[in-house]
Amino acid sequence: MKLWKRLMCTCRRRSPWLFHMNSGSCNGCDIELIASLTPRYDAEQLGARLEGSPRHADILCITGPVTHNAARAVKTVYDQVLGPKAVVAIGSCPASTNVFIDSRTLDGPLSRVVPVDVFVPGCPPSPSAILQGVAKAASILAERAGKDPAPATAPELATQPDATPATGEAHL
Amino acid sequence: MNPLITALARLLIFPGLLFAVPAAWFFMWVERKAVARMQGRIGPPFMQPFYDFIKLLGKQTPPRSGASGLLMRAWPLIAVASAAGAVGLLPVLPTSGGFEGDLILLLALLELPSMCIIAAGFNSRSIFGEIGSAREAVLSVAYNIVFLLAIVSIAASQHTFRLEALAQLPASPLRWLGVLALLVCLPAKLHLNPFSLPNAEQEIYSGPLTEYAGPELAMWELSHGLEWVAATGLVATLAAPYLAVWWLAALVFVALSFAIVLLLSVVAAATARIQIDTTVRFYWQCTLIFAVLAISSALFMRLRS
Repeated sequence: MKLWKRLMCTCRRRSPWLFHMNSGSCNGCDIELIASLTPRYDAEQLGARLEGSPRHADILCITGPVTHNAARAVKTVYDQVLGPKAVVAIGSCPASTNVFIDSRTLDGPLSRVVPVDVFVPGCPPSPSAILQGVAKAASILAERAGKDPAPATAPELATQPDATPATGEAHL
Repeated sequence: MNPLITALARLLIFPGLLFAVPAAWFFMWVERKAVARMQGRIGPPFMQPFYDFIKLLGKQTPPRSGASGLLMRAWPLIAVASAAGAVGLLPVLPTSGGFEGDLILLLALLELPSMCIIAAGFNSRSIFGEIGSAREAVLSVAYNIVFLLAIVSIAASQHTFRLEALAQLPASPLRWLGVLALLVCLPAKLHLNPFSLPNAEQEIYSGPLTEYAGPELAMWELSHGLEWVAATGLVATLAAPYLAVWWLAALVFVALSFAIVLLLSVVAAATARIQIDTTVRFYWQCTLIFAVLAISSALFMRLRS
């Protein structure tokens, strides 16, 4: 039994499948994430594979400052990833909302919406930094072994009144 | 020996599960590694398919309920069982037995995983799954005509539907035509470029398998790997020269399968995906000519002899 657990731990560490999600990013970090899969950086050496469906993935890579529209989608996708799972926030936007700070169209930073395991700061971060973040998330995943992090508690998000009016005039 | 024990040994040991599962992982690794090398990358480590499989076994499964949930769980198991059965029927060892008509059973078992994929995609009720299943169905209609005609032409030219007899008879030029037609069908059967339409990630995510996760997905991966072993093994059996020494026969079988996997991976890495209507046109207009040529000359030769 202990041997099986150790084997599972190794396999989880060596086979992180990624799902990439854009929550309102400017596409800079997305390009860098794709660059980390190209011949120069070759994430497949770590066993990483970019998957088409969140249900196949172990690690959720989220870029962007989490706009109001994207927040629910982020939560839905996070719930579709089956445990054990980890979240990597790629770029400065999901970490701190970056230059969009205090914008009323944002629900970010990301940690207010879903629990984040690894932050990869940078605007955009270099592909090697992203790979390091993925590798770190994979080892967190291996140690987690079935236990999921507590579901996202976002007190500010819950108590906040709907800041974005449905129509544009109210902004003025 | 008791035929039941022989059949079980073939299904479970060689060339069945005990041999085929590691072989499936190995072939999947060879495919990924060859594509990586063609793209100038280093590629995944040797144990990668094994790591993926074990990791998927350890993941949670989404809750499913009712009859459709039960079916969703059943499709990958049926696919694995039929692919394993197809591998078990391959006459690798010279005195492996077999029976009249086992070629037809092998073809049916080879076809079953793709039927399961079609059913699973529609069963999942995901829009991507349904598009993927529809594509898989069209693809299967496209290549299967050529695939079956090629097999029938090989069998008709040698007057038997028994695999072992086919493997033992000396190869005629006609058989090479049939083997060539089979080779052209293999990329579509294994969902490789340029015919990777049902699992076109950039268009429809994971196609029919979009809603699958964890152990169920592991079973799909395994059935895909076993399909690799069975399909390349079938071509290797038909192309291999007959050898009486069993270990030499097994070695030639493995080497030929490996060469076919390498060839398919290189083709996959060198081509881009083509559209579904172009695929159908390719099989029905270009490749069908060869298959019809093969079967008509086989029947002609049979009438003359």
